[in-house]
Amino acid sequence: MTRGRAIAWTVVVLALASAIAAAFVVLPRWYAESGEPSAGPEPPAAPTTPKIKARLFYLSEDGLLLVAVEREVPFGEGTLLQARRIVEAQLERPAAPLVTAIPEGTQLRAIYIDANGEAFVDLSREATSAHPGGALDEILTVYSIVNAVTTNLPAVRAVQILVDGHEVDTLAGHVDLRRPLPRGASWIQEPPQSDLLPQK
Amino acid sequence: MVCLIYDCGVLIFFRSRSITAVVLVSLAVAAAGARQGSAPRAALPFTVITPDARRPLAAMLVGDQVMVSLDDLAAMFQLTVKEDALAGGLTITCKGKTVILTPGQALASASGRLVSLPVPPARDGRRWLVPVEFVSRALSVVCDARLDVRKNSRMVLVGDVRVPRIVVRQDVLGPQTRVTIAVNPRTPYTISQEPSRVVVHFDADALDVSLPTFAPQGLLQSIRVTDPNPTITIDVGPRFGSFRSSLVPQDDGGGQVLVDLMPAAAEPAPPPPPPRGGPPQLPVPAPPEIPPAVFQPAAGGLRTIVIDPGHGGDEAGAKGAAGAQEKDITLSLARRLKAALEARLGVRVLLTRDGDQAVSLDDRAALANNNKADLFVSLHANASVRKEASGVQIYYLAADQVADDARKSAGRQTLATIGGGSRDVEMIPWEMAQLRYVSEAGSLAGAIEEQFRGRIRLNPHPVQQAPIRVLIGANMPAVLIEVGFLTNPDEEQLLVSDAYQNLVTQAILDGLIRYRELSDQPKPRQGDAPAPSPDPAGRRQ
Repeated sequence: MTRGRAIAWTVVVLALASAIAAAFVVLPRWYAESGEPSAGPEPPAAPTTPKIKARLFYLSEDGLLLVAVEREVPFGEGTLLQARRIVEAQLERPAAPLVTAIPEGTQLRAIYIDANGEAFVDLSREATSAHPGGALDEILTVYSIVNAVTTNLPAVRAVQILVDGHEVDTLAGHVDLRRPLPRGASWIQEPPQSDLLPQK
Repeated sequence: MVCLIYDCGVLIFFRSRSITAVVLVSLAVAAAGARQGSAPRAALPFTVITPDARRPLAAMLVGDQVMVSLDDLAAMFQLTVKEDALAGGLTITCKGKTVILTPGQALASASGRLVSLPVPPARDGRRWLVPVEFVSRALSVVCDARLDVRKNSRMVLVGDVRVPRIVVRQDVLGPQTRVTIAVNPRTPYTISQEPSRVVVHFDADALDVSLPTFAPQGLLQSIRVTDPNPTITIDVGPRFGSFRSSLVPQDDGGGQVLVDLMPAAAEPAPPPPPPRGGPPQLPVPAPPEIPPAVFQPAAGGLRTIVIDPGHGGDEAGAKGAAGAQEKDITLSLARRLKAALEARLGVRVLLTRDGDQAVSLDDRAALANNNKADLFVSLHANASVRKEASGVQIYYLAADQVADDARKSAGRQTLATIGGGSRDVEMIPWEMAQLRYVSEAGSLAGAIEEQFRGRIRLNPHPVQQAPIRVLIGANMPAVLIEVGFLTNPDEEQLLVSDAYQNLVTQAILDGLIRYRELSDQPKPRQGDAPAPSPDPAGRRQ
């Protein structure tokens, strides 16, 4: 009898513990996530999330330049958070007709902006390890990111790409990444636009 | 175990039987030689020529074999020589590797490799003499350096020195005399007329000349070689009026410089007076009666070109669907281009890699800078996610894509000078040396594009500017050529074919020739001796 009671008590205690855990740990996290969707703009996250329109960059049909495509990106409070949202959107694999120059699997690890308006975009190692090589492809990878940030955020005047937390020479042996790069308008197919920034 | 050791012993015994035979024979030969007349007699000394110095090396004759002293070699090449009194052997160490010499044996073991010598080492009092061939056959192995012994011209060439072999001949052709200077390998030269002589100056470290004696005659008095500044001087006689010169390339990589000396009299002697006339001191350019582009002696300051085959080693670069790798294509092209440039332009060509090894991007530009190259050409093959992308692209540095702060540190600064006063100095960070040459690099890219056009498929954006890492540190005009897209299946097939690679090689070669013409345009071609062309003068540091 006492043994059976002990088991019953244990079960009750365990049930209580999991209820408390659910109330204090899991539920708040779930609420937070639903309040601020961190994934891309496309999946129907909370409909209340404000969006902005931003120009993101994809390969032109002939693969020789970038084309600017206006897309909705989650709103981010302040330049830094907005820069993060823009880069995250730029790193996503685009839907069918669009092709990105960014190697598959590349994730944003971190982003910083210094007082000089230079952004440091820290990418995961796929940016180099999954890069197919070739100067043109590498140039277009780099300027997809540099142009996405500098075109949409006038406060950022140059972008330096880091990989896995470190400065790198190049992604695949061609483009000098040792310093922040300003916007590369010559790699955009259409005449460079300056009339953007719907969020302002 | 025992059995194994025994087997090994037998093996060694059998293997070494032939060596033993050689040793025995050479011992016998040595003994005979020693009996013949061992007292060494002084002989003409050798000159040891390194890229930056030349030093004499005493030579002796033992019998008729030219010998040099091991002590002299030790001092010159930083060797450690140890004599094993008990075993009677000599151990010579260079850079941690050893040569073992055994008195009485015309053999040496260099880093474990057996090399033969014409005679065994000989003792002369307290010192040891070795045949001069020891330098090229054994020392070069252990010192890991190119050591070339030219016995007839009494030279030892160390490392990458340019010492063409030259044979001079004289023929009387009717009223005129032709001096034929056969040069191998072809070497840039300038020819000029000075009072009572015609001077042919070669762009080399020294000349290995075979010069027969000539009987003086009315047109030609003598032919001399002056060495420190490698020159062949043709002393002309009283009947001399003018000369013509031309170059005939030879299939073996050499060339013949023909110098026709013509009499002064009112004979119909100098048929092509237009190139000369005027003051006789001026260098006279070779009239282009032979193929014009060939072997212009260092014209326009193009002396050294560095070709950079992209990628290498673990870093294969772009890959084609059928398996072609960028690193292989670039190396194959670079080798072709080197051969073509050397043969057609007579310039020195260096490759940043001549094998399948990884070379850092900094080292590639550094090779060009350290060798004071006049041009840097990096070869690559392109890739795109879009398979349709095709055609050749030529890149040069986009200065405006280099960050502002770096460019700010460039620019002019006023510095105080010794003795008072100040002067403006152009400051460019060394690692961004290319910033000074962007416009010349643009002309170079344009000249190459011009020669590709119509021959090879060009990309719709054939010339592009980008912050290319390998170019930025180059202290001379530099371009990167993407010779086609490996991701395009048709172009992948082309890129691995000999025919396409030869076409590309020819187009680049013609592009460089075109660039040279463009750079030479401000000055009419006045020979080329101290040509203060705008770029090299300012660039060389």
